[in-house]
Amino acid sequence: MLTINRDKCGYCGTCVAVCPEDALELIDAYLSLERECIACGICARACPLGALEVVHEE
Amino acid sequence: MKNKYDMLIVGGGPAGAIAARTAAEAGNSVCLIEKRPAIGTPIRCAEGISKDILEEFVKPDRRWISADIERARIIAPNGTTVRLEQNELGNAVGYILDRKVFDRELVWQAAEAGADVLVKTRATAPIMKNGAVQGAKVVSVGTPAEIRADVVLAADGTEAQFARWAGLDTTVPLREMMSCIQYLLTDIDIDPISIDFYLGNDVAPEGYLWIFPKGERSANVGIGISGRKSRDGSRAKDYLDRFIAKNFPSGKTIEAIVGGVPVCQPLPCTVADGLMVVGDAARVVDPLTGGGIGSAMFTGRLAARVASECVSAGDCSKDALMRYDTEWRASRMGASLKRNYKIKEFFITLDDKKLNTLADSIASVNLAEFSVSALVRELIKRNPKMLFELKALKDALT
Repeated sequence: MLTINRDKCGYCGTCVAVCPEDALELIDAYLSLERECIACGICARACPLGALEVVHEE
Repeated sequence: MKNKYDMLIVGGGPAGAIAARTAAEAGNSVCLIEKRPAIGTPIRCAEGISKDILEEFVKPDRRWISADIERARIIAPNGTTVRLEQNELGNAVGYILDRKVFDRELVWQAAEAGADVLVKTRATAPIMKNGAVQGAKVVSVGTPAEIRADVVLAADGTEAQFARWAGLDTTVPLREMMSCIQYLLTDIDIDPISIDFYLGNDVAPEGYLWIFPKGERSANVGIGISGRKSRDGSRAKDYLDRFIAKNFPSGKTIEAIVGGVPVCQPLPCTVADGLMVVGDAARVVDPLTGGGIGSAMFTGRLAARVASECVSAGDCSKDALMRYDTEWRASRMGASLKRNYKIKEFFITLDDKKLNTLADSIASVNLAEFSVSALVRELIKRNPKMLFELKALKDALT
């Protein structure tokens, strides 16, 4: 699953534009996982600040 | 707010604002919505624009010009500096804007021309009928509403979700998304009339690091690296922090912003039934420089003009709106995006050694013209040994 570190997030929307599933949305200054995430990790790579992380559950 | 307009514009950046102004001046009823609570903030931009492009859309005003730029310097990995000077002919370089004030000015002009403006109002979905966009569902300060329009202009920037919801694929491939961060640094020693670009795979892989002056002793110091080069420990922030620790250890950061700059090719088609896509959302950022303000204003104005005629003629089908797509592609801007995409694709293949060789070859040359094509022509002329490798560059110019 995708975790969003809101203390790190700069609300820039870079992740939104690279998400192949259109799962993320930047609502004003609030990044939100709005639709189903496939945990591909592309957003986590693109983030300039490292605010996103795909955590694989055991 | 009415519930029906000739045109609805999603996004209050330069593309949306110029579109709204143009459409309102032509007598259309226009509504511009912006999801943020204030126009112009937070900025996601290094704020540079060339003078001639800017002046085509708005009269320069000191209130929103931070710096007047007369030269550019490109610094190779080995420190070799290529200087491009504004020449006597008035071959002007550019301005560094104050986007917070600039964006407000443009929206102000749109409002004065008669456009309605709604802030803290975001589109949540297009209103679709028989495959055509007929407006947008919005949430305005927490209250859901529907705004109908003959045409919707998607000017929603990098995120570009509105067009995506209407069926156009706006996803940017990771390698073509520049992952960027910028600090507004103050109390630093800079050349206040020069924009500086630092190249190198250790400095900014597949991108560049910039210093754009905002005053005598302050500048936007930022970096963009390719998304595919970005990972834990080597993100844009890591590269920038390293550069600043080394070059501006006593600089003070008074603003820190992040953002993504799409340097892919433009969308294969920027119109659909009832929909036009403009600016960054249409992926018309210059892929070489990452500059997007000029093409945002250009596409915004053109889209509004075409939309205006289509609204009057009562036909806002994809076929009718297609003229916008055809015209911007055929324009000088369209041609330059195409050329600069090829040049960018060439430059990202170069290792530091080759970047140094190329920079060394032109470091002492005085270019007669301040332009990408003049620079590229000089590189080709002065590096006969790299003829084979430079073929891609040569082809880009033709």
